[in-house]
Amino acid sequence: MTRAADPVPRAPDSLPPAPDRRATPLLQVRDLVVERADRRILTVDDLSIHAGETLAIVGPNGAGKSTLLLVLAGLLRPTRGSILVEGIPLARGRELAYRRRIGLVLPAPLLLSTSVFGNVAAGLRFRGVGAAEIRERVDLWLDRLSIAHLRDRPASQLSSGEAQRTSLARALVLEPQVLLLDEPFVSLDSATRAQLLDDFERLHVGPSTTRVLVTHHLHEAVRLGDRLAVLLDGRIRQCDATDRVMASPVDAEVAAVVSAEARVRGRVVASEDGLLVVDTGAGSRQDVGVRARRLLASTHDAGASALDTGAAAFDDDGPEGVDPAGGA
Amino acid sequence: MIPGVPWTSDLVEVTLLSLAVSGAATAISLLIGLPIGTWLALTRFRSRHLVLSVVNTGMALPPVVAGLVVALLLWRSGVLGGLGLMYTPGAMVIAEVVIASPVVMGLTVAGLGQLDPRLHTQLQGLGASRWQTVLWLWREARLALLAGVMAAFGSVISEVGAAMMVGGNIAGQTRVLTTSIVLQTGRGEFGNAIILGLVLLTIAFMVNGVLTWAQQRGPRR
Repeated sequence: MTRAADPVPRAPDSLPPAPDRRATPLLQVRDLVVERADRRILTVDDLSIHAGETLAIVGPNGAGKSTLLLVLAGLLRPTRGSILVEGIPLARGRELAYRRRIGLVLPAPLLLSTSVFGNVAAGLRFRGVGAAEIRERVDLWLDRLSIAHLRDRPASQLSSGEAQRTSLARALVLEPQVLLLDEPFVSLDSATRAQLLDDFERLHVGPSTTRVLVTHHLHEAVRLGDRLAVLLDGRIRQCDATDRVMASPVDAEVAAVVSAEARVRGRVVASEDGLLVVDTGAGSRQDVGVRARRLLASTHDAGASALDTGAAAFDDDGPEGVDPAGGA
Repeated sequence: MIPGVPWTSDLVEVTLLSLAVSGAATAISLLIGLPIGTWLALTRFRSRHLVLSVVNTGMALPPVVAGLVVALLLWRSGVLGGLGLMYTPGAMVIAEVVIASPVVMGLTVAGLGQLDPRLHTQLQGLGASRWQTVLWLWREARLALLAGVMAAFGSVISEVGAAMMVGGNIAGQTRVLTTSIVLQTGRGEFGNAIILGLVLLTIAFMVNGVLTWAQQRGPRR
């Protein structure tokens, strides 16, 4: 296949246009290698991040997502290769100036042992912003993240949802050129996560900030990402517009990542008008990968255990979503 | 003046010298131990474990050994004999610094080592310079760092062996509370020794009280 020469495979050009590739990318990673204890944990031949876009990086645990984010943050010096900021390589000794253009949110809130206000103000204080402006900006972002009432509370007394909101406010108050988010919702229960994701999407409207989101929750990536990069075993296997990656994964492993949330064992018994009926009863042992919009489960035999008998019907978005080639 | 205790003015003098020697030694130990401890806590290098072992051994250094080493250096024929420091408060401060610096160093390493290693990354990700990062890490580890100051002060105010060896317990010059207690006890003047002991305990309590207050105020973790 001709595609084999392309380090980052792209799907056919039938879907919405990708960001303008003629403009100099805001961030570019070239020929990057990160080794730890002589083991290669990350290899990125070429990755560009354009101003104003949201790039979501998905992949299983240990794929190198967080490592890539730390390199992008200028906090981890790669073994080989470099990152280019607006086309200029990030030189040794220039990291601090670059780090003051970014905002970083880590999976754990890691709040400082001071008040919520003190935490959110920390980055502005590092930048030498005046006290009056700090007060104004911090209060604005506390309000936007619905934690204004916690302003003077010690960070140690917050719930995990409140702590993560504080952590997000702490990065957003910097109004950074690049916002780097490493699993920002991972420490939360699902209800809190859904609420914060809603709020975050609402704040997401401003076009000026470029975002890189690392997550292993595909739905977060799909919701927030303009482009999707699939990272497996330290390599970017596919990077393209989110719709394109979802519609046309380059191989079975990428397909497994982008359809992981609706992968069932069963037998396709009917498929018509986008409705797919899968029998998950005993005896049918075939993997069916589907991206279901709506999942209905029903049990035919009320007396039998729902675990080992019954049928599931999927309201699928097309027969090409079915992957009957999976393991038998 | 305490009635019936003829040497009250001596007591004040001895107490003040104890405070001065211990205070100076603690301050100098902090200036030495805090930067080196911070560097050891935040840097990874090949012989780090060996260096940490040496520091931790230093924390358990017998004061008489520290006194012996300092005495050898300051003795008239020693390397630093020309300074004429032997049997002066200066010599005592040097010996106490040798004793207290590893304590500050070791507890700084332990205190910073207890922090979440990702905190360093997070601070830098918020745009902190190297100094701003270190200042915030000290702030986060302040409970342990102040415990280090208390341990250092506690070890030097109560120390007797080295103070005796390099100070000489000379009345009006190098006599401190601990060496006085040894002297009074040796003479069988137990009443005097007990008063001196109570003064020593009171000082230790007051200094640690202030440090504990500083340690515990402000938002808790």
